[in-house]
Amino acid sequence: MSTTVLYEAAGPKARLRQRIYTAVSVVALLAIVVWFFWRLNESNQLSYDKWEAFVTPDYLRVILVDGLLRTLQMAFFAIIFAVLFGVFFGIGKLSDHAWVRWPSWLVVELFRAIPVLLLMVFTWYTLGIKAENSAFWAVIIALTLYNGAVLAEVLRAGILAVPNGQREAGYAIGMRKTQVMSIVLLPQAVKIMIPAIISQCVVALKDTALGIYVVAPGLTYVVKQVYLEFHNRVPAILVVGALYVLVNLLLTALASWLQKRYVREKKPLDTPPLGDVQRR
Amino acid sequence: MDAVLDNLDLYFKAFGYTVALFLVSGVTSMILGTLLAAFRVGPVPVLRWATSVYVTLVRNTPLVIVFAAFSFMAPMLWGPLNFRWLSVHIGGFDFTAFFAAAVVSLSLYTSSFVCEALRSGVNAVSVGQAEAARAIGLPFSGVMSQVVLPQAFRASVPPLASVQIALIKNTSVAAVFGVAEATSQMRSITNDFSSQRTEIFIAFAIGYVVIVEVFSFFAARLESHWRVAR
Repeated sequence: MSTTVLYEAAGPKARLRQRIYTAVSVVALLAIVVWFFWRLNESNQLSYDKWEAFVTPDYLRVILVDGLLRTLQMAFFAIIFAVLFGVFFGIGKLSDHAWVRWPSWLVVELFRAIPVLLLMVFTWYTLGIKAENSAFWAVIIALTLYNGAVLAEVLRAGILAVPNGQREAGYAIGMRKTQVMSIVLLPQAVKIMIPAIISQCVVALKDTALGIYVVAPGLTYVVKQVYLEFHNRVPAILVVGALYVLVNLLLTALASWLQKRYVREKKPLDTPPLGDVQRR
Repeated sequence: MDAVLDNLDLYFKAFGYTVALFLVSGVTSMILGTLLAAFRVGPVPVLRWATSVYVTLVRNTPLVIVFAAFSFMAPMLWGPLNFRWLSVHIGGFDFTAFFAAAVVSLSLYTSSFVCEALRSGVNAVSVGQAEAARAIGLPFSGVMSQVVLPQAFRASVPPLASVQIALIKNTSVAAVFGVAEATSQMRSITNDFSSQRTEIFIAFAIGYVVIVEVFSFFAARLESHWRVAR
């Protein structure tokens, strides 16, 4: 339903009222923005020495290369592994054999239900908190397990969304179960899944920021060093937030472009909610 | 298993904080999100635009950054936002500044997802319903509150349930900012008994699974009870 059916084309009285609402909200919004910057300025957060680190090329290089690039690396590895994990357990959930189906269901349900941070702390201690790169891999493993479980659900929905005739045609020309899955169903399901995979990339990228709890490298870690040196915590928060938003918006734009270019499917995949026993 | 069994009081207290965080932020985020959704589909273009900017920004910011903003930036903007004035003690639970900052961050973050879920619910209400409501002369507020929103709420129970389940899991981020909820308790017990880390992890994972499954059970009941024929 488009929103325009919710109200009539405005008459003279309503137009006046809407103009008043518009004026009031513009003033309120402007006041919030002005107040925000005024208070930042009052508390001395806009002075040059607070922002120096973010405009000096050397620091900028460290933030972007040791910070952002390392964060993107973690998200990238996590998504690649998560897709593999998702394919494995998503197909497992569709298996004809109960002894494959049930464990897959359990794994997917479990990792969807527990917080990434809990997983991250556990994998960090398992890899050894003093071991080299343990925090880096703890972030990747935790994100893989969580996003993989979500993608398993998406993949399952994607395979079920492929028209039934495709599967039947595969069996009719004498293909085996494995062949029908890998040659007929999976390629079509993956195509439908592309936008969901990319929106999961956004989730994974956002969750890399949790690495701060296990002292993982990446953007939050590097910027923490910066604000400990420059005592500019507030500008640091704003810069990190802006960088994350920027990268995520680029990913979202990519997703909608791919959707238009390759998928042309308007309907989002129908994944069952957690704990929905009827549809496992 | 001893590590958890010997500290059962800490275990339940930690999950008490998790549930408290979830309940308070859940209710607040629903109220805020409904307000945002009304702005988002309303007749004032400036508010539509502002809400969409807000939702896009918040949805693309990591929750940790939202928490950091409310723990370190907000007090600088306006003194009372440090929440030092808050100190409520109920039973053995202390609700202090850390708890308040966590509730504010979680509520604002989740409200943007609630807004999107409700908007998809509004889109699921058939056009005829709104047209009929306008035909009998209801103003925008009447169309929304009497006809569209009641149906939209029902249609958006499944997405809203997913949003609230995500909130249950997101309460763990409060651990990073000093609330002694389940994940932070798990880390500190694991730190003391690191040889029993697997048992500790399983015990805390079960706690979260129980909360999530209990919530989804009620959400599913509500959905089947409320399902409308469209």
